[in-house]
Amino acid sequence: MLKYKTFVKKTRSGGILKVVREHYLRDDIWCGSEVCVECKDETPVLEKDPCMESNLCTFPHYLIPDTNVVLHQIDVLEDRLIRNVIILQTVLQEVRHRSAPVYKRIKDAIHTKEKNFYTFTNEHHRETFIEREPGESANDRNDRAIRVAVQWYSKHIPDSANIKVVLLTNDRLNKEKAEQAGLIAYKCEEYIKSLIANPELIDQLALTSDDKNEITSSKILFPEHLPLSQIQAGIKSGKYIQGTFRANRDNYLEGNVFVQGEGDESTEILLQGLQQLNRAVHQDVVAVELLPRKDWVAPSAVVLQDDGPKAEDDEQEEEEEKKLQMKQVAQQALKPTGRVVGIIKRNWRPYCGMLSVSLIKQATRHLFTPADRRIPKIRIETRRADSLAGQRIMVAIDGWPKNSRYPNGHFMKSLGSAGDRETETEVLLLEHDVPHLPFSQNVLSFLPKMPWTITDDVMKNRVDLRHLCVCSVDPPGCTDIDDALHCRDLENGNLEVGVHIADVSHFIRPGNALDQEAANRGTTVYLCGMRIDMVPELLSSNLCSLRSDVERLAFSCIWEMNHNAEILNTRFTKSVINSKASLTYAEAQMRIDDTSMNDDITKSLRGLNKLAKILKAGRIEKGALTLSSPEVRFHMDSETHDPIDLQTKQLMETNSMVEEFMLLANISVAQKIYDEFSECALLRKHPSPPSSNYDILHKAAKAKNLVIHTESAKELADSLNDAEIDGFPYFNTLLRILTTRCMMQAVYFCSGLDSDFRHYGLATPIYTHFTSPIRRYSDIIVHRLLAVAIGADSTYPTLMDKHKQAALCNNLNYRHKMAQYAQRSSVAFHTQLFFKNRGILNEEGFILFVRKNAIIILIPKFGLEGTVFFENKNKPSPKMVFNEEIPTLTVEGHTFNMFDCVRVTISLDASNIQHQKIRMALLEPVIPGVSVPPPDSEPEAKKMKLDR
Amino acid sequence: MAGLELLSDQGYRLDGRKSTELRKIQARMGVFDQADGSAYLEQGRTIALAVVYGPHDVRGSRAKIQHDRAVINCQYSMATFSTAERKRRPHGDRKSTEMSLHLKETFEAAILTHLYPRSQIDIYVKILQSDGGNYSACVNAATLAVIDAGIPMRDYVCACTVGFVDDTPLADMNHAEESGGGTNLALALLPRGGQIALLQMDARLHQDHLDTLMEAAMTACKGVSKVLDEVVRQHLQETVILTGE
Ligand SMILES: [Zn+2]
Repeated sequence: MLKYKTFVKKTRSGGILKVVREHYLRDDIWCGSEVCVECKDETPVLEKDPCMESNLCTFPHYLIPDTNVVLHQIDVLEDRLIRNVIILQTVLQEVRHRSAPVYKRIKDAIHTKEKNFYTFTNEHHRETFIEREPGESANDRNDRAIRVAVQWYSKHIPDSANIKVVLLTNDRLNKEKAEQAGLIAYKCEEYIKSLIANPELIDQLALTSDDKNEITSSKILFPEHLPLSQIQAGIKSGKYIQGTFRANRDNYLEGNVFVQGEGDESTEILLQGLQQLNRAVHQDVVAVELLPRKDWVAPSAVVLQDDGPKAEDDEQEEEEEKKLQMKQVAQQALKPTGRVVGIIKRNWRPYCGMLSVSLIKQATRHLFTPADRRIPKIRIETRRADSLAGQRIMVAIDGWPKNSRYPNGHFMKSLGSAGDRETETEVLLLEHDVPHLPFSQNVLSFLPKMPWTITDDVMKNRVDLRHLCVCSVDPPGCTDIDDALHCRDLENGNLEVGVHIADVSHFIRPGNALDQEAANRGTTVYLCGMRIDMVPELLSSNLCSLRSDVERLAFSCIWEMNHNAEILNTRFTKSVINSKASLTYAEAQMRIDDTSMNDDITKSLRGLNKLAKILKAGRIEKGALTLSSPEVRFHMDSETHDPIDLQTKQLMETNSMVEEFMLLANISVAQKIYDEFSECALLRKHPSPPSSNYDILHKAAKAKNLVIHTESAKELADSLNDAEIDGFPYFNTLLRILTTRCMMQAVYFCSGLDSDFRHYGLATPIYTHFTSPIRRYSDIIVHRLLAVAIGADSTYPTLMDKHKQAALCNNLNYRHKMAQYAQRSSVAFHTQLFFKNRGILNEEGFILFVRKNAIIILIPKFGLEGTVFFENKNKPSPKMVFNEEIPTLTVEGHTFNMFDCVRVTISLDASNIQHQKIRMALLEPVIPGVSVPPPDSEPEAKKMKLDR
Repeated sequence: MAGLELLSDQGYRLDGRKSTELRKIQARMGVFDQADGSAYLEQGRTIALAVVYGPHDVRGSRAKIQHDRAVINCQYSMATFSTAERKRRPHGDRKSTEMSLHLKETFEAAILTHLYPRSQIDIYVKILQSDGGNYSACVNAATLAVIDAGIPMRDYVCACTVGFVDDTPLADMNHAEESGGGTNLALALLPRGGQIALLQMDARLHQDHLDTLMEAAMTACKGVSKVLDEVVRQHLQETVILTGE
């Protein structure tokens, strides 16, 4: 029976509209404590003997943090030590409103059982709800609501339990008022300092406003930022311009503000000098004011690194600034120049980097140098500088007051010694924003319970295909098998071909924490010797993985084909399969080639292979491109996980067999979901590149007396096939590598918001991703759409909302790009490890590009690209002539052309521990004064033949 | 993470209700003297006024006359000031025509029309303030008005909407919850016999969830019927006292 509660109306104004909402108050909200006898809570969260040993609070206590403590000190709250915390609804709502990442983290903490965090719904509790008083600001009202809740708790918890509640707030006024009301309140800092168990937790405290004054000099260094209201008015009137700030990687005194105009148009505004940059940090959204034309400047080509603390003598810095401006430049080189007047949105994230330990002994304030050169140094306070030197650490920015040369921040955690494989992997994951923390309890709670069996319920809307002779073909060691195939003869003489894809969307239900996590991760990231899963391992390597001899749920795409590989009919269905074999590409190839084998699996493979060849020929006929990129695979030492050998990836017929059917399935599904949901189908397109992208390819071919046609994909494919040079078999591969660089990025998009669907590289009018739902979130969405289309599953609002889907596509595109970068960085790092103990190598390579002062070399054997610079800091530059038209570079009389074969030395340059790199130097052709003598020890690598 | 969190981890909705709880319903019958029946109903902040005339002779075209039963004429409208955004609402726009039609169907199923052949019953409903569940408020108000007019019905017609968020049905959604998107099922029920007078849903929903949702809607409607019953009994008592019997 429903009981009506006293009811209060709550008004909140937004814009011109007055929104009135009902607000029910209840008396059945429990306090959540084990000691309470009054509340009828069946599973109280807060322990009856909360134990956090503190000098300040010698009694057992529960903590209640206010909003700012949660927002700024989440690092501390997440620590194992902090338990039995009451999170008020008021606080949670404010946090949700102000920072999505912190909101997610605090929710994760609440869901972690061991933390004993309890959410108290105080806004709906009859005794803790308060109304905003006339003249009271929203913030003051919330502070009061928090105090009322603390008061309620102190009265509510029986005296006999001897448990007190402690309010944590950094707001002085709030603290005073709380104390006047007889409550126990501490500043977050003093409380954390009083904890006996872990004195090191102090370092993780964010700097609060009180502390900032101590650190910074009283001298005002920067112009004041305008308040948001003034900025908004200014943007409206056209006085200011909104844009994203991008710092210059090579010059810390320079940056650009990227302004997104109408449609695809965009402009950039140059900023130069600390005053104009005015505390903007890379990726911040800022408001800029254009300077009058006479003050415009040209971007400087100078490389400037900020070398450290200059708090005492600012003169040197001013020198450097002058150097930038003094240069006389031509009028047309001047760029629109502006200055930052205010920050619209900070986009700070935790930064990885290393500590530059202060020279003063016993100092607790140190400068931190981020790995990303675009981020300024950050001043932090730590008592552990000695132990942190030489380590990779993470630091968060807390603020940047106008009287401080550097932003203030706090130490978050150490990642380990610089140069270590684990540490560097962690750094590259963090720097590429790859979510890689272990899955939270909340996420894991949505996994199916083990042992998992297929129940009748699951069999609804699903056909039984367990009898089919299905098998999977993957690279060796693959544990997340997304796809399996089968092919069999039908009685009417045609063939039935099935592609069976892991039914991940059966396990990941829309909107739950598991789904949100996967949507955020977007993709599984493969690094050298490591995989960062998009979904928990139970799914990726077990329940969803289509391993042999177990029953697995699948989403099947089944075609009836004739022997010319023409599709006669397509069917989609959810299914149960039982794979008969998990093969590697090599094993499958052997079965196909071994004429003595004639079992069902082999026959199925042969059928597939035959059809795949026809399909491929058809695709190439239509103009699909086969491009190439130098891909290598490291052989890892099984003990140390260090790379011990490199091998270029080998492609077999079976690789292309699997690929062919995956493409076909993706195309069939794309067509189906587009037919069904023309407004909200998630598709993938690959725009054709603008013709200017091909300039370098045309020039390169011309230099070799060849012509490459690029008017259409078909012509490009054909002319690439014909481009051969006698005695230079690697030339064609080089040309294809070059063509790859001309291409655009393929992207996901929502069909309702775009009109150009073509996939240029695959030469198909429509395409999507359906075949890898274990490792790509796009495929999960496509599965859901397809399931709705065939009536096998239900829909939900966000699936049908094209704008939400477009936002999802943006995230997926971003994650894919970042995953790719992370992968490249990982390869680069492992390449460095590989070369670390090999001294100086002597290798053959080809010139890929010619630049003004350098040539870029590709070493096919290692798939390694490196730059040979002809300028050296300590030596006078050689005489160089650069011809952009051909292009060639002539150094001391020797002319370098693209594709020339050269010999170089390869070695590891570890002089800068944060930025190690592979160094290449020219061996042959011998140019006196430019090339280097061959290394002393001939490496054994030379014995091996080049792997073309 | 944009938008509102319609259901918190603790199981509370935006306004503090739990998933199955209805909004507060308050109603008065007989608010207009010149009409045959009338009622004023607040369902949360949604306020509806229903007025009934009839049964009387069929007006206008004689072609409408049914020889075996009464014709029911429904007109739905929204007050200009009923939503936060004040806009002119012309009569007979698509939305109110559709709503009128739904109301007509609902009451044709509930009123014992065969008792009044060759006559007409007019039901006018106006939404004075709109905060979600307009249809349900109209049906509930009209039921009271019809009872006030003394027109016999098979049973009370009780209506309620049910939404579906995080696999949980939300009873009697308010405007904020309705605009959160998602399925919105409106049910008008004759609670005693469990007959459905009208069922309407305007988004896709998997059939597996339909049973859960229907059950929640039925429970909600029965909750509404209890309140309406109380209102009617209260009204009767007051009338009895006034007439001094
Ligand atoms: Zn209690």
